[in-house]
Formats: sequence, C-alpha cells, structure tokens
Amino acid sequence: MRADRDPPPAAAPPDALRRRLLALGLWPLAAPARAAVDYPDVRPGTTLAFPRDDGAHPRFRNEWWYVTGWLRDAAARDLGFQVTFFRNRPGVAEDNPSRFAARELLFAHAAIADPRFGRLRADQRAAREGFGLAVASAGRTDVHVGDWSLVQTVDAGTGERYAARVRGRDFAFDLSLAAHSPALLQGDAGVSRKGPDANDASYYYSRPQLEVFGTIDLGARATKVRGIAWLDHEWSSRYLAAGAIGWDWTGINLDDGAALMAFRIRDRGGGTLWAGATRRDAAGSVRTYAPQAVRFLPRRRWRSPRTGIEYPIAMRLDVGDIVTDLEPLMPDQELDARASVGTVYWEGAVRAAIGGRDAGRGYLELTGYGEPLRL
Amino acid sequence: MFAIATGVALGYAVELVNRSAVHELESGLATLAGDADLEVRGPSDGFDEALYAIIASDPSIAVASPVVEIDAAIAGHVHPLPLIGVDVFRAAAINPALIASAHERLDTLRSDTVFVSPAAARWLGVHSGDWIDARAGSRSVRLRVAGVAGVAGRAGSNQNLRYGVMDIAGVQQQFDRIGRLTRIDLRLRPGVDRDAVIARLRRELPPGVAIAPPSTAASASSRLSRAYRVNLDVLALVALFTGAMLVFATQALSLTRRRPQFALLRTLGLSRRRLAALVVGEAALLGIAGSVAGLAIGYAVASYALRHFGADLGAGYFRSDPSGVVVDVLPALMTAALGVVAAIVGGAIPAREAAGAAPAAALKAGDPDFGWGQWRAHWPGVLVITLGAVAALLPAIGGLPIAGYASIALLLVGTIMVVPPVAQAVMRALPAPRSVPAALALARLRANPGQIAVSAAAMISSVSLMVAMAIMVTSFRQSFDDWLAVMLPADLYLRAGAADSVVFSARQRDDIAGTPGVARAEFMRATALLLDPARPRVALLARDIDPRDPGARLAIVGTPLRPAPGAPPPVWISEALADAQALAPGSVVTLPLAGRNRRFTVAGIWRDYARQKGAIVVERSRYVELTGDDTVNQAALWLAPGARAADVVRALAARLPPGSAGLAVTAGHLRRRSLAVFDRTFAVTYALEAAAVAIGLVALSAALVAQTLARRREFGVLRHLGMTRGQISKMLAFDGALTGVLGIALGLVLGFAISLILVQVVNRQSFHWGMELHLPWAALGLLSSGLIAATALTGLASARGATREDAVRAVRADW
Repeated sequence: MRADRDPPPAAAPPDALRRRLLALGLWPLAAPARAAVDYPDVRPGTTLAFPRDDGAHPRFRNEWWYVTGWLRDAAARDLGFQVTFFRNRPGVAEDNPSRFAARELLFAHAAIADPRFGRLRADQRAAREGFGLAVASAGRTDVHVGDWSLVQTVDAGTGERYAARVRGRDFAFDLSLAAHSPALLQGDAGVSRKGPDANDASYYYSRPQLEVFGTIDLGARATKVRGIAWLDHEWSSRYLAAGAIGWDWTGINLDDGAALMAFRIRDRGGGTLWAGATRRDAAGSVRTYAPQAVRFLPRRRWRSPRTGIEYPIAMRLDVGDIVTDLEPLMPDQELDARASVGTVYWEGAVRAAIGGRDAGRGYLELTGYGEPLRL
Repeated sequence: MFAIATGVALGYAVELVNRSAVHELESGLATLAGDADLEVRGPSDGFDEALYAIIASDPSIAVASPVVEIDAAIAGHVHPLPLIGVDVFRAAAINPALIASAHERLDTLRSDTVFVSPAAARWLGVHSGDWIDARAGSRSVRLRVAGVAGVAGRAGSNQNLRYGVMDIAGVQQQFDRIGRLTRIDLRLRPGVDRDAVIARLRRELPPGVAIAPPSTAASASSRLSRAYRVNLDVLALVALFTGAMLVFATQALSLTRRRPQFALLRTLGLSRRRLAALVVGEAALLGIAGSVAGLAIGYAVASYALRHFGADLGAGYFRSDPSGVVVDVLPALMTAALGVVAAIVGGAIPAREAAGAAPAAALKAGDPDFGWGQWRAHWPGVLVITLGAVAALLPAIGGLPIAGYASIALLLVGTIMVVPPVAQAVMRALPAPRSVPAALALARLRANPGQIAVSAAAMISSVSLMVAMAIMVTSFRQSFDDWLAVMLPADLYLRAGAADSVVFSARQRDDIAGTPGVARAEFMRATALLLDPARPRVALLARDIDPRDPGARLAIVGTPLRPAPGAPPPVWISEALADAQALAPGSVVTLPLAGRNRRFTVAGIWRDYARQKGAIVVERSRYVELTGDDTVNQAALWLAPGARAADVVRALAARLPPGSAGLAVTAGHLRRRSLAVFDRTFAVTYALEAAAVAIGLVALSAALVAQTLARRREFGVLRHLGMTRGQISKMLAFDGALTGVLGIALGLVLGFAISLILVQVVNRQSFHWGMELHLPWAALGLLSSGLIAATALTGLASARGATREDAVRAVRADW
C-alpha cells in the first residue's frame, strides 16, 4: 500500500497507521498493543534482499501486500481491481501455547470497479494464522486466507509472477501478474521514514508495471481479461502522524513504462501534514520528491448517496514539475466498511492525463472524508 | 363458573408455562447455535482440534467455526457459568450472539478476558473492568470482564441466557484444554447437499464425534423435559375434567331448583328441544364467562410462576434468568374452547333430563327420581375398564406414556359407569340396620342407585386421583430415599467445583486421601459421551468400585453379573440408558473413550434418579488406563473412628485450593438437600393435585345439596309420619356417610390401580426410572376417615337447611 517519505513535526504514538487501518476496516491492526511486546524497529541502512524480503516478516507488527490495477475484457471494457493481504502481530496471547493463539492475524480485502455495475463489488476475509488455513510464509510472497491467496513464483521459463486468487460474495478472480522490472525501492533504498524519530519508519517497495492476464467472474461466467497492475509490499512496527484524519494516495502505471507514486496525509483542517512521491522512468532511473514538492488539488467532488460523504474524486496532482490529472473510472467507488469498523472510504481506479493527454492508469485512495476516525 | 374458571386457569397456566419453557429452551439453543447448517459435536471433554483443519478445508464448507465450551465454576456462585471459546473471525459469520461489543476490540483476542451475556452480567453483578475468579480444570483463573456479549444478536435471540464468551485460545490455555475442541459450527456453501456432506465428513470423524444439524441437539434436549411437561399438561386436563364434573353437579343442583319453572315453560308451549337448548345455552354462557376469567387468572398464575420459579417450575431443567410469558392466540382459544365444551357437556345431561321430565309431575316440587335410571347396565362400564387395563400394557408412543394416560382415563370413566350397579349390589348386600333413620337411608339408596352415582362420581374421581398421586409420590420419595442411602455410603463428599469441568489433580487427590481423619477415600471422574447425535450426552462416571460387589455402591436393579473371562470388561448402566438402547446385563456396548472405540460388557443395571440422560459407571482404574486422565471431580470420604467431619473439612481446606473444600458436605446434609430438591420439584404436582381434589370436593357437596333440596317433599312426608328433625338429620348423615364410604372405597381401589399405572407405566415410560411401590397407609387412612366425616357433615348441614322448613309447607309444595 502507500506510504511515505520524510518527517512531519512532532513525534506521536503510532496513530496514523491505526487510522489508516480503521479506515480500511481492519480493526485488529488498528488497536494499540498494550502488552510490552518486542517489536523490531526499521533500521536505516538496512539492505532489502530478495526473494527473502518478498516473504512475511512475522516479528514486525504490520505488513501488507497491496495489488491494484486495471483490467480489460474481450469486449474492451475497463474494470478496476484491488486485492490486499494484511498481516498483523497484535501483541496478545504471545505466551499462549494454543495453536489458536492470536499471535498473528491475516486479513484480505478485495474489490472490483465495474462501470456497468456502477459501484464496487467488495468482500473481505479475516483469520488468525494457523492450521494451514491462514498462512503468510517467509522467504517469498505466499499468503493465504482461506481460499484467497497471493503467491509469488520465480521460474526460469516464465520469469517472475504473482498469482492472485479471490472468491468473493458476488465476484471472483484468478489473475497472473508478470513482473518485467525489478522492485522499486521507496524512500531511502526501501527504508521509508515516517517521522522525526528515525525509528518511525517502514520497509517499503513497489512492483509497478505488472502485466496481468487471467479470468474474472462477475456472476454470469468467467471471462478472460488482460491488464496492468501495481503491487506494494510494506512492513513496519512503528508508524506515526499526530493530528492526521486521513490521507490521499495514488500509484500510477504510465503508458510509457514509467511509474509514479504520491501520497499526502491530511490534518483536521484539511491541510497537508506530510507528503511524498517517487517516479521511476522506463529506463529505471528513480527520483524521490520532498514533501513540499507534492500537491493534491481537488478538481471535482462527488457526494455518496448512501453516506452523504463528499470525496474529491478528481484531482490535479503536482509532483515537482509534473502535473497529472486524475479522473475516476466511475464516480462511485466508495467502500463501506461500517459493518466491521464503522468507517467508509473511497478507493478507486483512475485515469491519469498529463498535459491533457491520456498518460496512464492507476488507483487513488481517499480516506478520512467521513466522520472523524474513531481512536 | 368457578369450576370452569379454575379448570381453565390451571390448564392455561400450565400451557403458558410449558410454552415458555419450550421457547426458552429452543431459543437458548438456537441462540448459541446461531445460523450453523451443521454441528460437529463430541464428548464433554472434547476431541482433537486436528479435525478442525480437515473440516475447514473441505470444499463444501463455507465457514467452519471452532468452539471450546466449558462450565466454569465461579467463586461465590452455586451454578457454573458456561464459557464459550470462539475464534471471533469465524464465529462472526455464523453466530452473532457470541460476538462481543468490546470497548477495546483487541480484548476479543486476549487470553485473560471474558465477555459476559447481559443475563450473566446481572447474575454475577459485574461490569466491564471487573475481575471474576473462575475455576475449571485443577486451577483457578482470574478473568477480566471486557464487555458484553450477545447484544448484537439477532431478533429472537434469547436474552435470558447466562454465558461468557472468550477467545478460543484463552479457554484452551486457561482451562487445560490445549488441543481440544468441543464443537465445530459449519456453514455450507450455497447449493451443497447437506446429507452428502454429512455422509462424507462422517468418515473423517473419530469415534464418539458426530456431525448433525443443530436442531438435532435442540430436539434431544427438549425431549428430556417433554415428559415432565406432558405430565403437567395431563394434570391440568384432570383439573379441567373435574371442573366439568362440578359444572355437571351445580347444573343438576340449579335445575332441580328450577324444575317447576321449566315445567311451567313447557306447559306454556316451549318445546322440549328449545328448553334443552335454553339450558345448554345457559351452561355455554357460564362456560364462556368462566373460560375468559380462567384465561386471565391462568395468565396471572403463569407469569407469577415464571417470575418466581423459572420456566421449569423449579425442576432444574434449564439454567437461565426467569423468562417472560410467551403468549399465542391459538392455545388460549383452544384452552377456552375446552372449558366451554366442558361446561356444555356438564350442562347437557341435566338439560336433557330437565327437558324430558313430564311437565305435570315436574310442576310439583322436586322429583326424587332425578333421571339417572338409564345407567343400569353393567357391560359398558366393564368394557371400558377392560380397555383401560389393556391400555396399561401398551408401550410408550413417541417416548410418551400416551397409552398409560389413556388407561387412567378409561379406568376412571369405566369405574364411574359401573357405580350404579355396584352401589345397588353393595346396598342390597348390607344387612338392614335396626335404627329407623339408618334403615330409611339404606332403603332409599337401594332404590336409587343412580343418585349414588351422581354423588359418588365426583368423589371417586377426586379420591382416586388423590390416592393415586399420594401413593405415587410416596413410592417415589421412599424409593428416592432408599436410593440415596445406597448411593451415599460414605461420611463426607467433596466436589472439586460447581461444574464437572473442575477437577482435582493427581497430587490434590493424594492430599485428600492423606488428610488426617480420612480412613478411606474413593474418587470419581465424571465426563459425558456422545453416543447418539439425536440424544443428549450420556454421563460417564469413572468410579472406584469393586466389580465383585457393585451393589455396595450402586442401586443395582435385578442381579448383576460378572463378565466371563475373556469377555470385555464390565460397565454398569442406568435404567434410562438401558431403556433407551435396549440393553440388558450381558449386552456388549461400544464406548468411545479418548477417541477410540472400546468394548464393554453390561454387568448390571442401576437405578439413577439424578441423571435422566443416562449414565455409565466404569472402574476408575480402567478409565485411567484407557484415557490417561487421572484427574477426579469428586471424592467420597470415610472418616476414621472418632474423627469429626468439621475437623476433616478444616484439614482439607488447608490442603486444597481455596473454594473446593467449601464444597465438602456430609452424607446426611446431601441427603436432606436432595430430598428438598425432590419436594420442590413435586411442588407443582402437589398444587395441581390439590386443585383437582378441591374441585372434586366442591362437586360432591353440590351434588349432596342438590339431592337434599330435591327431597324436601320426602322430608315433609317423613315429618308428618312422626319423624323428628333429629332423626331426619341422622338419616341424611347416614345417607351421606354411606355414599361417602362407597365412593371412598371405590376411589381407594381405583386410586391404587391408577397409582400402579403411574409407577409402572407413566413414570417408567416418561422418565425411565423404576421405583418400589410404597403405600402411605397412615395418610390414606386419615384421608378416608376425613372424607367420610366430611360427607356426613355435608349431609347433616344440608339436612338442617332442608328440615328447617315447615313440614306442612314442604308437603304442600306437592299438592
């Protein structure tokens, strides 16, 4: 998922992450750990090593693999898709010898954006790790929650791939995501500072420009699809940002093979508390942007008929001197997670235009636009 | 109207209580089962959790929710608190009643937090943040109350249920259940064939574990209390029946008074049919008014009973907060209709008589031959009695002693039908007394056996029912007392905790046996096995017992046998289990112990009044050998000569975890407490019975008064012939007493027959427990003489009213 770069003022308890996770409907991630659990810190200067760091890091408090992308079926119709696997070490029951002890929790979240349907199809899974029913393996990306999974394979013939498999209430998909470029390390060589304290940080890399093919079933029958996707993998024990109420994040696969990630964290007044961006061009050269170089400017708002919440679903994004217009695939990509946590947010497929011309496709996430998030 | 109101009130109250009881039980089970399509269940101490992984990954299963249930003893409370350990992520999909509303949601995953149902919070008097001390296994655990469970339950979920919800890992760790599950709730994928899934998954299950729809468990549990509920229903019907008898008697009384009016109406041109319709209509109106009043009274009685005694009326079938009354329109209407029908039937016979009387004769005052001449033949009554006797031999229908109840009804009706011929024969056989009033009374009774039938019928029915219940309850109580004497041979009894899940470890066991003053200690481990998914779990009692003399510890019925060399080892099973599974000494049974099937020989059947679900006793040494479980729940202690129970209890307290020594009681105390529970259970039975008897007595006096009134002319004539008032009174007293003696004698005989049916058929088929017949001679004697006196007095009292009238006027009424 998205993150970071560089410090907002004032050290604080790890509230920002909690809010994010609350917004995502993943309460156990969001609750503060009371027990004195020995979580490892993120250390600047650490070098990420693959495929080891593609796998799970069970001693860290939080970890996620977040896949977003655009699909096109045989009739050239566009769909957005999103699937996320979360791992959490809640810091409870660590001394309990039971195989059920909730030492590690796994969650999964998926949604399909289909303009013909007009709103999201979404579903989620939650389980404690164990019994082979919910697993996040170390050594490579291999996460299962029931019959939902994200599995990475490296094969001399077919190269490096991820297989994403989701069975939702009213949708299902089986997608293969082929990686033709190496990991994009975010922040300082994959160590992403989150605040003034050097320990407030995460390990974060992205896999943009994943080539997607597979099948998707929206109720009638499975249809073949092709498309392009973006994967984030991030793990951490301490996040921060005092006074934040939500954030905007986007990850865009540009048509010329470049990749752009940008985010900002908003304060109660709607101002930017923190921001960051990274751009990698097709040739592989990476540029990282300071907070003041990143600006999200709302161009059009949409009010949800269900919740009455207003979201800036069309944005002008300034990253350095690059000006990108983000236009949603469809207005209603609101995800209602009130049944699980009492919060609602917007997470949707967007087109990116640069200089008035269609330049790429990606995802935009808008959280904290409803009621103030509960602590 | 009073009679119908009372009958309907009793009937309706019982109906309401029963309905509430069933609702309570079913909604309770449904609440805890949630929306599961299937349930995997096993013995009370659970099965290996590896089964969960197998079942959860089955492609037909949408959600598998693992559950560990345990009854935890709570410090300071007599009853245990059921604790349900769940995986919140899985239970949420199946069972909202088990999902807690946590202030801090991570608390649902901690191992030392508990969420209590609203009823449990009230019962324990705890709030969020409080700590409770729970005991299970061989240790004590402090649990933090983190919030309330079940408030997010569906509409219709049972809010009176007491339970606590914990994280499944917490229950496993804190209560020594690591690696064990007691239940897996399953939700199937849409379109999956349930029976096919059952058939396929059954192959994966270890012995003693079953897969079935949750309704199976609910019906198994409700079947347990069904016999008890039917019993109450029948008693309520008896009350209604006696109510109808009373209507009959009072209608007869009032019609007798109004005979001249009816005759006048007839001479004024009212047809017989319309007169009969008038009288029946009047009875129906009375019935409707009585029924409406009865429904109101019944509702009040039922709500009072439910509030103060709970839905099982103190019988101990359910454990939850007292529930509210569950009202349905249809049963109310049906009960009321029964009341109206009873009133109409009770009024119809006198009505027919009133309409049939010749107007000329009836215009004169009371007619002594008050229309009961029809009932002279023997054979219909004898036939009915014979049918009744045959019905007593029939087996239970659907687990209920329907035939037994029918037999009682037939015997009752048949006996009433044979009263006139029997009365005539008896009166003829009596020698003519010398005293003139007595001779006159006898002569009248000889001439009018039909009248005896009227008076005696009410008497016979109430006396016989009273006698039958008295004999049955005495037999039961005495048998229960004898049983307690056999089952409680030691001086002191000690339980590890309020629930069977609380145990003494091997070390604590040695501490108990080695306590100064303890001469001998025997131990018991109580668990429960699932032998049949359609029935509740059966208790397995591993006891220190001498296989050569099981009768020293168990109330063995019949002769125990010793398994032949080479035959499977012995177990002794309770009557309930023997009945349910058609087992006899010598049968071989297979018991799933510690996940493996083991064969045993039934070496004897024993009487068990404590566990209606059935129980199996096995030698403890063998149980330990087969299961490796050497913990115990209970100890029976024999004191050394000169040792005092109180000193031993103090010594035990010093050696055992806090609380458990407080559960030590002497055999005498246990016996008194058991008998008190017994009496409380039968309190409702007593109350219904008393109501039936009271109605019967009122009917009897009403009948006597009716007859006396009808005979005013006769008294006038007698006065003219020179009899004194005193002599007439004497005659009536003798008349009453004679009727009374006959009624009571028949009532005693019939009551004895009914008690036999109650003891041998109804109880055996309802509750599967046998008992010895014990006759409460003193009580019966007292009852009979009291009743004879009462009838004589009623006769006297009515005589005074009748003879106070001027003799001349009385006679003139005729001419």
